[in-house]
Amino acid sequence: MPSMKALLLLIPLAPLAGALLAGLFGKTIGRTGAHLATILGVAVALACSLEVAQAVFTQGFHYNEAIYTWLTVGALPLQVGFLIDPLTATMMVVVTFVSLMVHIYTIGYMHEDPGYQRFFSYIALFTFAMLMLVMSNNFLQLFFGWEAVGLVSYLLIGFWFTRPTAVYANLKAFLVNRVGDFGFLLGIGLVLANFGSLDYATVFAAAPAKAATMIQLIPGQNGSLLTITCILLFIGAMGKSAQMPLHVWLPDSMEGPTPISALIHAATMVTAGIFMVSRMSPLFELSETARSFVLVVGATTALFMAFLGIIQYDIKRVVAYSTLSQLGYMTVALGVSAYPIAIFHLATHAFFKALLFLGAGSVIHAMHHEQDMRHMGGLRKHLPITYWTAVVGSLALAGIPPFAGFYSKDLIIEAVQASHAPGAGYALFAVMAGVFITAFYSFRMLFMTFHGKERMDHHTREHLHESPWVITLPLILLAVPSLISGFLGVEPLVFGKYFGDSILLAPEGPVAALREEWHGVGAFTTHGLMALPFLLAVAGIATAAYMYLVNPALPERLKQRFTALGIYGLLDNKYYFDRFNEVFFAGGAQTLGGGLWRVGDQTLIDGGMVNGSAATVALGSRLLRRLQTGFLYNYAFMMIFGVFALLSISLWLFKA
Amino acid sequence: MTSTPYLSLSIWVPIIAGLLVLALGSGNRAPLARALALAGSIAGFLVTIPLYTGFDPALATMQFSEYASWIPAFHVNYHLGIDGISLWFVLLNSFMTILVVLAGWEVIEDRPAQYLAAFLIMSGLINGVFASLDAILFYVFFEAMLIPMFIIIGVWGGPRRVYAALKFFLYTLLGSLLMLAAFIYMFLKAGNSFEILGFHALQMPLHVQELIFVALFMSFAVKVPMWPVHTWLPDAHVEAPTGGSVILAAITLKIGAYGFLRFNLPIAPDAAHALAPVMITLSLIAVVYIGLVALVQSDMKKLVAYSSISHMGFVTLGFFVFNPLGIEGGLLQMISHGFVSGAMFLCIGVLYDRMHSRRIADYGGVANTMPKFAAFFMLFAMANAGLPGTSGFIGEFLVTLGALQANFWYAFLAATTLIFGAAYTLWMYKRVVFGDIANASVRALTDIGMREFAFLAILAACVLAMGIYPKPFTEPMHASVNKLIQQTMLKKI
Repeated sequence: MPSMKALLLLIPLAPLAGALLAGLFGKTIGRTGAHLATILGVAVALACSLEVAQAVFTQGFHYNEAIYTWLTVGALPLQVGFLIDPLTATMMVVVTFVSLMVHIYTIGYMHEDPGYQRFFSYIALFTFAMLMLVMSNNFLQLFFGWEAVGLVSYLLIGFWFTRPTAVYANLKAFLVNRVGDFGFLLGIGLVLANFGSLDYATVFAAAPAKAATMIQLIPGQNGSLLTITCILLFIGAMGKSAQMPLHVWLPDSMEGPTPISALIHAATMVTAGIFMVSRMSPLFELSETARSFVLVVGATTALFMAFLGIIQYDIKRVVAYSTLSQLGYMTVALGVSAYPIAIFHLATHAFFKALLFLGAGSVIHAMHHEQDMRHMGGLRKHLPITYWTAVVGSLALAGIPPFAGFYSKDLIIEAVQASHAPGAGYALFAVMAGVFITAFYSFRMLFMTFHGKERMDHHTREHLHESPWVITLPLILLAVPSLISGFLGVEPLVFGKYFGDSILLAPEGPVAALREEWHGVGAFTTHGLMALPFLLAVAGIATAAYMYLVNPALPERLKQRFTALGIYGLLDNKYYFDRFNEVFFAGGAQTLGGGLWRVGDQTLIDGGMVNGSAATVALGSRLLRRLQTGFLYNYAFMMIFGVFALLSISLWLFKA
Repeated sequence: MTSTPYLSLSIWVPIIAGLLVLALGSGNRAPLARALALAGSIAGFLVTIPLYTGFDPALATMQFSEYASWIPAFHVNYHLGIDGISLWFVLLNSFMTILVVLAGWEVIEDRPAQYLAAFLIMSGLINGVFASLDAILFYVFFEAMLIPMFIIIGVWGGPRRVYAALKFFLYTLLGSLLMLAAFIYMFLKAGNSFEILGFHALQMPLHVQELIFVALFMSFAVKVPMWPVHTWLPDAHVEAPTGGSVILAAITLKIGAYGFLRFNLPIAPDAAHALAPVMITLSLIAVVYIGLVALVQSDMKKLVAYSSISHMGFVTLGFFVFNPLGIEGGLLQMISHGFVSGAMFLCIGVLYDRMHSRRIADYGGVANTMPKFAAFFMLFAMANAGLPGTSGFIGEFLVTLGALQANFWYAFLAATTLIFGAAYTLWMYKRVVFGDIANASVRALTDIGMREFAFLAILAACVLAMGIYPKPFTEPMHASVNKLIQQTMLKKI
């Protein structure tokens, strides 16, 4: 199908063309030209993605071909190519849809910024890179997209490059992601070394035969090839999807403008790790050890990052920590082999988290770039559309039926319950406790921002007004799927044949177990109303309502109580991860580098070998120079002495 | 072959152009000298283009061969030829010479004719190094090219230029004397012939091979430079004028690595295998140790100089794992490093021409006053950090994959460059380019002009083109690299 190939090529290239136009000719085409070019590019990508998705889901369209050969090494061709299957199609639609919403929103949010064209160029470039990542049919292109989205993330976090905090945060984000990529690259290397190919299809087909293969990385210590490979690949996912302990960059990434927090650091890029592991399900299904590792990391992130959401006052940071925690939930789903549920949660989360971020942005916009919730309150009268969409987003995040988050999160919890994997008990506790905390901090944010006393200064209050339509329209358009994507999606995505062969599912895994108990979406919803997670969520909301609406003095008293216990300090310092990294890794590398330079290069090599040999030569020549006195009798004496010496030696040598 | 002697042209066109510049452009006729030098460098590049278009990638033998007797009494011949390996360095060298002429255009006010002539002459001599198939011819070019570089650093360099020039000269000279001794030994073994391809066929016991290997190694390792004989490079770079740094990093470092491929591996394959652990260890030390050292540099040129050493560590690592991924990856890394390190030094030169400082601490917020420059510098910094889509990625990626096939831990140590390379490059970028305007001098900066835009844009195009579509770069290599790998697998004891 040549027309289909052209269509597929158009999907990433249209946003790229927009990015190049806005980036290289921004001055010429002006602000309007820049946003029209990029929005047109992304809209074309969305339209084509929908077309492709329709072909995939109604006609069973499947595509796996190379576009061009990047290079050949020896007999190995490294190619750029597309793999289109249900998983890819889902991601393409989610990415282009959220991206389009963010593009439109940006017109309003950034309209005063001098870097307007540059911003549009970056977000369109991001869309291109993300599409190349999800559409790839091989590990090389995956890595390409992987690093390219990291680049755009770096550029966008540091978009306001005169701010010291922003350029600190973007460097940190890039380096922490590089730590993940380090593992990822080694994982790809192991794949190539053991499978002789980087094509998904070839590698996945050969994987079962390698299930028992052992390799020795440490002499005398056998390790399963697939376990090591999967864990290394997952380290890449830990960087990009911000799993502990590589999560440290994501909260700081909030230094970037709010639209990119929504697009990159909530809805799409940070879910690349989740997508990648789902894509690699034929490998991960062969290693229970690797999956348990995934499970424990995810559960830890889900719970401990949620705690940090409780104490934030910066509205964006609350959403950021909730993103970290929700990414943990998705990772937990991966760890119990419930890949379709992870992708389902990825999709619902993309909608409601983008909504929450853009809502937070709308608040910040109205408040003249004030982000501290202690200076907000009572905003629901001034920002009605923002308020009601934020309510939808919060209910979805808290997991209240029938909002989208309920279905995906509840299924994750049930999958963990059904799982017998090592670590599932701990994970179950973490995700259950997480439900209460999530509901609590979501509504704490909602109440502190939109309810209660108006705590802003007089000047700000006078200028409060609802944001323009370019901002509220995306909010409404995102509120719709935040409400309906759950109950519409749950049956086909998780229990139907939606993902087909694109995700490998173990026949005895938790998803299969859930399928047996599945009695339709209605039964699932009513059942959910009586189950523990729902009760925990309601309790969380009630607690938040009591603390921030009924008894507003209570939080401050509790804060003092917990400060005395040391718990508040632990949370306020984010478990001291940043401090540790700064002292141990950043400081350590500099100390080591400085030591190697001064001791190794300057003292030993230059001082010892180079200048040392020069000094030796100089010493030797000083000694030799003594002999050259210029007096004839000295030379005569030396000659006589030399003749005697030679004679003596030869006599001694040839005495026989 | 009676066809056009393109290799001779690639050597002598720049040399003659250089002599013309000297003869006609001295004194105060600087504009004439510049115009002549630019024309000469462009002509020098144009005559190398047929080498690419006429190159037959299917052949592993030497192409464009030229042969003439030179000193019959010593059996020394003027024998030239290139394969899919040396081809790239003749092209790269001739290409970079144009940029260097452009970079020194108005900046060098003191004796510009002599300055430009030195680069043109050096360019011809370097092409001679890559095209020589006779060991003595190679040796003559190899030594002769030191002279213009010595003069460039010693005359147009910074305050400690004499120390740096001498250190550079003595370091490299020391190594090459041993190389000459090895050549003479093999000349006698080969029945009075200095043919390099003849050396390849010599059968030698392991201990002799090892001696030859070490003698050649001393010469080439200094050039690369490999740890621990690298300390001349940061000094030379810091004192050299921008153009000198560009050629030093982009081209002369490649001569050392090329020497390993042309001499060490095929002549002494058994010794190469026996000594591979040592070579790999030295390469990995270069990657990790030098990466850490680069992190703490406060001088931009020193930082990029150390980063060069670290990147060249990938080249030698790739060569000594003896697989196609490693060797082709190493070669691609050499070509890419030519573009990227050249571009990095040109960027620092752009800043230095305005501020007369290379200290990172003197900058800050350059993006505010030089946005176009900041965009180019960002691209090259990312290429230096090995970002996919730029040329800097390919070599590191392939070498890491190749090293992993030999030993997981080689790849593990090599891959740390993902972190260190990004750390030292982007940290420098942050301190120089990002942030608020740091001081009055930064506020007074003017953005790049047409000339600077031209050479940065040309290099940006190269870096991106190679990153997005590297296939045209590897196609001509395959046959020659395969032959080389076969040669290294051969037992010659």
